[in-house]
Amino acid sequence: MITVRKPGLSTTVQDGGRAGFYDLGIPPSGALDQYALQAANLLVGNPHGAAVLEIVYMGPELVFTAPAVVAVAGATMVPKVDGEERPMWESFAVGEGETLSFGYLTAGARAYLAVAGGVDVPEVLGSRSTYALGALGGHNGRPLTAGDELRIGDGVNGAGAGRVVPAELRGAYSKDVEVRVMMGLYDHRLSTDGRATFLDTTWKLTPVADRIGFRYSGAELETVEREPPFGAGQDPSNIVDAPYPIGSIQVPGSVEPIVLHRDAVSGGGYMMVATVLSVDLDVVAQSAPGTRTRFVEVDLDGALAARADGKRRVEKLHDALG
Amino acid sequence: MTRHEVVSPIPGVFYRKPDPESELFTDTGRSVGADDTVGLVEVMKSFHEVPAGAAGTVVEFLVENEAEVDAGQVVAVVETDGAGTE
Repeated sequence: MITVRKPGLSTTVQDGGRAGFYDLGIPPSGALDQYALQAANLLVGNPHGAAVLEIVYMGPELVFTAPAVVAVAGATMVPKVDGEERPMWESFAVGEGETLSFGYLTAGARAYLAVAGGVDVPEVLGSRSTYALGALGGHNGRPLTAGDELRIGDGVNGAGAGRVVPAELRGAYSKDVEVRVMMGLYDHRLSTDGRATFLDTTWKLTPVADRIGFRYSGAELETVEREPPFGAGQDPSNIVDAPYPIGSIQVPGSVEPIVLHRDAVSGGGYMMVATVLSVDLDVVAQSAPGTRTRFVEVDLDGALAARADGKRRVEKLHDALG
Repeated sequence: MTRHEVVSPIPGVFYRKPDPESELFTDTGRSVGADDTVGLVEVMKSFHEVPAGAAGTVVEFLVENEAEVDAGQVVAVVETDGAGTE
């Protein structure tokens, strides 16, 4: 059992995600940085999509009522056992009655704490992930609060302490990032200039960034004049309501693009000018406010190559920790 | 006299007032209690109070109103009245 002494800013139970219900308005949820999720789980011998704690910006304080093997991957936030520092990207033991806490965030945005056995909350629609907007899944459908108690699963032959992710397979996080996108489906709403502005601007992530969406500031995009079609609003950024893919970049009012992430709403009436490659959603996940971001256009072949590269990297992670 | 650094535990935008029309929470030269708020940090659509953390006199602000801060960044310095107040 883990007792939450301090919850952190917004600590949630997340796993590989809740696929298959977006058509009903229920988004995939799950760890925003899927790579770090897998790294943390593999370190402690869990299945790669097991339920972990996603920690954003500020770490919780957790008391372990039984010994456990844990690992922290993702954003740099030095873990401490009873005040003594432990490494990131490496499994370590926490003894009965000991407290796990975290230092200040120094790089990235989200850290993932895996515990051998996984965080044992009930599955909802096949996943333990928290979808807080829908009060669904996770621990009572919400971020952790002080006094919460979390059960740890058994039946996993947990790996021991001291397992390490090799340096070249660790996440590296910067305040200057490139996020690869495919243009569309609604980039025809942008003028040639508007399109150039979108791709040439160094956007800055605003504090309005959470599991639902990440809002950026930096420029206004010029649109093409038109008569609004039946069903679309009057603003040039309005479209006839359409489904929103995870990773799609909508631009309400032609200012401040929003990248939708894994807790997104499933549809609406804003033009989506581009969509972030799935593999680069991890990059968005590790962006803290102020991160300078360029959206870099790739074509379908480029996107498929990026996906294959991402897959190979995950395979290497499995090989290293298998 | 000890210098106590007031640190923002989270990244975001730092505000020295509860809202644009209000007075500053505190200012250099004024005394504060350990639990007094010196500013707010906005992130993820909510505002989080940054307490002074020690009783004493505010001697310095290192971050402007509405400036961006990183987690762990020192936003102000409080000179504490004596030993053992931190």
